[in-house]
Amino acid sequence: MAFADYPKQEILRPVKGSFIFLSLILALLLNLLPLKGIVLTLFPDFIALTILYWCINQPQRVGMSTAFGMGLLMDIGNASTFGQHALSYSIMAFIALLFHRRLHNFGSLKQAPQMGLILLTGQSVMLLTWLLDGSDFPGWDFFIASATGTVLWPLFSSLLRIPQRPRSDSNVL
Amino acid sequence: MEMAPQFFRHGPSLLARLVFFVLLSLLLMATDARFKYLPEIRQAFAIIIYPLQNLANAPSAVYDAISEFFASQHLTVENEDLKQQHLIDHGQLQRLRALEAENAQLRKLLKTAQRLESKAVMAEILHVPRDPFNRKVILDKGSQSGIQPGQVVVDDVGVVGQVTRNYPWLSEVTLITDKDHSVPVQVVRNGLRSVVSGTGKDGTLELRYVAVNTDIEEGDMLVTSGIDGVYPPGLPVAVVSKIERNPTYVFAQVTCTPAAGVGHYRQLLILSLQTSVTETKNPAEAIEIRPEGRKRDKVGIR
Repeated sequence: MAFADYPKQEILRPVKGSFIFLSLILALLLNLLPLKGIVLTLFPDFIALTILYWCINQPQRVGMSTAFGMGLLMDIGNASTFGQHALSYSIMAFIALLFHRRLHNFGSLKQAPQMGLILLTGQSVMLLTWLLDGSDFPGWDFFIASATGTVLWPLFSSLLRIPQRPRSDSNVL
Repeated sequence: MEMAPQFFRHGPSLLARLVFFVLLSLLLMATDARFKYLPEIRQAFAIIIYPLQNLANAPSAVYDAISEFFASQHLTVENEDLKQQHLIDHGQLQRLRALEAENAQLRKLLKTAQRLESKAVMAEILHVPRDPFNRKVILDKGSQSGIQPGQVVVDDVGVVGQVTRNYPWLSEVTLITDKDHSVPVQVVRNGLRSVVSGTGKDGTLELRYVAVNTDIEEGDMLVTSGIDGVYPPGLPVAVVSKIERNPTYVFAQVTCTPAAGVGHYRQLLILSLQTSVTETKNPAEAIEIRPEGRKRDKVGIR
């Protein structure tokens, strides 16, 4: 039965625009944290995660233009060439928007590996632009950030879902 | 006119949007990397980023303040040490003043160019970019404090890098370990001049195009030669750590370790510009500048 899973999904309340904005700002803040060494290697790209979450759950409101804008901000924050993060984020947003109906049906645990693939694509795009710019290959641990992003995805998406949870007494007739 | 409900509004197709954004970002990258047309746009974005960067830096600043508060015991020892160091430095400074006066006198006698005194602005590292490709740091002083691209950044041991971009309250410093960054240097032991370049890796620099039979040894100290007119002469840059002389190659492989510990300090000094080195728009100007540099090359350094 196609709709066998359907009743399991909660019906969420509408998302506030201010919450989307706040989450993007917080993600930017997390990405700008001054980190060093091993923590920096493990630290996932929170802006990418946030954009992916909203592209899958609110495709009408957050799309490639938001991803592009956040990418430009990240380029400034990271002192990289203008447009590098923007390119990577808009490609990630494209993949997420392309598959958002399918991805939306999975639970956050099952979404995680697919998010991992999208994050990996984004990082590969970034790596490619750097290599074209004349940098050396930084070593395979560059991709660890995607893996930690994958692991954190279930937790992260459930965190972003908290404000949309239906109030408990709304089911009481 | 009534708007169609959101469900029916589609706009351009997904693929069209992707193509648009990809082309736009490629265009931006090309203009930024090749033509440097975008400082104004970058500055506008930097104004949005600045408060966030400060906020993101707040936890570590608070942590520093707290650890300083609890480290008062350590502080007395450090204070003693610093007092002693101050006395020693003071003595040396007095000798330096006498030497400086003597040097100026001698230079006047020789009718050579006087060395410029440089002023310095203290700045703190605000942010180190996340990418492993980027050998840059962001400092918390910008054009509002008079920082311009081209200014040299040092710590208490040696050269750290050069300001490459300035924003109203921030500035980007390219470290000497950056792959595209070179510093003209001189070996202290014998006055040999060369150019030290970054390798893109932390803590390694290299001297490119040094002939196999060049008189250079491990442990040689490299200081800025000052012939570029950007770096003031005599600042420590690096120490030669390894030399591979393979007779099959024309050049020796000389690896150096930077003198300044970029990762260790938060405070850095930004030295004032020696000569204005903002990009010359006019090729005629560039030609005008060059002979002067060459003259210094011949005369300036003993």
